[in-house]
Amino acid sequence: MKKIKTIMLKEWAQVFKNKLVLFSVIFLPLIITAIPLGTFYAIGRDPALGSMNDEPFTSEFASFCPEDVNSAECFQVYMVSQFMILFMILPVAIPSSISSYSVVGEKKEHSLEPLLATPITTLELIAGKSLAALIPAVLATYLAYLVFIIGTRILIPGDLFIQAILAPHWILAVIVLGPLLALMAVNFSIMVSSRVNEPRVAEQISMIIIIPLIGILFAQIAGLFMIDTNLVFAFTIIVAVIDTILVAFSIKVFQRETILTRWK
Amino acid sequence: MIITENLSRKFDDFVAVENLNIHVKQGEVFGFLGPNGAGKTTTVRMLTSLIHPSNGWAKVNGYLVGEKDDQIRRSVGLLTETPGMYDNLSAIYNLMIYANLYEINEPKSQVEKYLRLLGLWERRFDLVGMFSKGMRQKLAIARALLHEPRILFLDEPTAGLDPEAAHLVRNFISELKEEGRTIFVCTHNLEEADRLCDRIAVFKTRLLVMDSPAKLRSQLYGRKIVFHLTSIDPTWVSKIGAFPFVSETHSVENKIIVTLEDPEEHNPQIVNLLVQEGAMIQFVGELRHSLEDVYLQMVRNA
Repeated sequence: MKKIKTIMLKEWAQVFKNKLVLFSVIFLPLIITAIPLGTFYAIGRDPALGSMNDEPFTSEFASFCPEDVNSAECFQVYMVSQFMILFMILPVAIPSSISSYSVVGEKKEHSLEPLLATPITTLELIAGKSLAALIPAVLATYLAYLVFIIGTRILIPGDLFIQAILAPHWILAVIVLGPLLALMAVNFSIMVSSRVNEPRVAEQISMIIIIPLIGILFAQIAGLFMIDTNLVFAFTIIVAVIDTILVAFSIKVFQRETILTRWK
Repeated sequence: MIITENLSRKFDDFVAVENLNIHVKQGEVFGFLGPNGAGKTTTVRMLTSLIHPSNGWAKVNGYLVGEKDDQIRRSVGLLTETPGMYDNLSAIYNLMIYANLYEINEPKSQVEKYLRLLGLWERRFDLVGMFSKGMRQKLAIARALLHEPRILFLDEPTAGLDPEAAHLVRNFISELKEEGRTIFVCTHNLEEADRLCDRIAVFKTRLLVMDSPAKLRSQLYGRKIVFHLTSIDPTWVSKIGAFPFVSETHSVENKIIVTLEDPEEHNPQIVNLLVQEGAMIQFVGELRHSLEDVYLQMVRNA
């Protein structure tokens, strides 16, 4: 554990001096929290919304809104569902920018050879680097979610929004699925980082993993499905399985000899 | 301390190291010389368990490469060709990382010991990126020594250093030798190898020659003794040449140059002859071939 902690602290000492990484860890959660809060606030003050009150629910809305709410309120709850997916993108985007620097950065500084000459195992090395990317991503997501809850409470009257944000499936999504998605992103970007020469290239390729989440967001907007507890639970299981495979695979593809002898 | 037998390494069809057989003794400074691309770094990587041999075997500190890699890594120190320090971290932080990875009992005091020993203590909180090349190299040497390895692998320890920094590093290597450590030095600097190494191996994919620098010179060129005289009689050259132990003799101005296998034994007989012939001897010296001559001859013939 001491070696894992050493690598993790070393990574933090290094990557947080990089302004791009710092930007992604601090400003990305801020933006992702501010956009929905601002949107909800603006929608709440829009007089046009009042005219929706007497309109019947559309079939999509009816599936997830309580019966005693009007169309305007239901529309707002619907908006919550769209924006909450951003809190799933957050744990994927943040670690990509950290972990994509981890192996390529070592390569650029020629520091991997002396590091591999120590009695550190591949598992310890990857665990240290993974945790260095995973922990800030998860903490930033949790913090952003907390700020979002508090901001909503302060800015938007009524309990409907808070109930929607604190719905069991969103709590499960942020608390459990979020870290699993972050782990998936970390392992993917470490694998990419082991194969390319430039941190920016590694970061760009690693961001591919966001595409399925964007797909889910658009599918929901298009009304193909609505995210509910069953769906979040199913995603959690699927991502957990993918994570297990990816962890094993990232250790397998981290070939010390190949990295030392083929990297130029 | 280091034994290899038919140690070989191939990368696809490219043979980097072929049938290397060496035996480096404890406390010895062993020079590993060869041109660029000769396979020196590949050999060091095999001996430090960073990569494994394709064929043959190597034992380092009694541990077999490929089987006891963890023990090998704990018992050897490696100075890589490029220092590979973390530029945006301080000198002390850089060393603390490695002290923790080597699981040193008292990491802080060990880090302080080597920072002081290498004259970097006052700059310990400075970012390594601000350091000169010589200071980085010294820091990398400190890193290689933190866990007190009995065997040190130094890949081009003075490459790119100014003469003063190179001198400091060489002196430090000499001090390490006095502590009884075994030192395996890869270098292009032949003067450095001549000065530091007990034995050298000239290597180009395979071992070309291995012995002490003095013996290599002697084996290849014999030893040339120069007799400086006030004046010279041409008959003296032929009389010296008549000795059975003299392999070659000639004169240049007032000097007679004689090639001998064992000057310590045969010089007195030549001096005696010259005195009997009435020669006035100013002094007698040895004409040394540089290690560079030996190296170039071996590498060109390879």
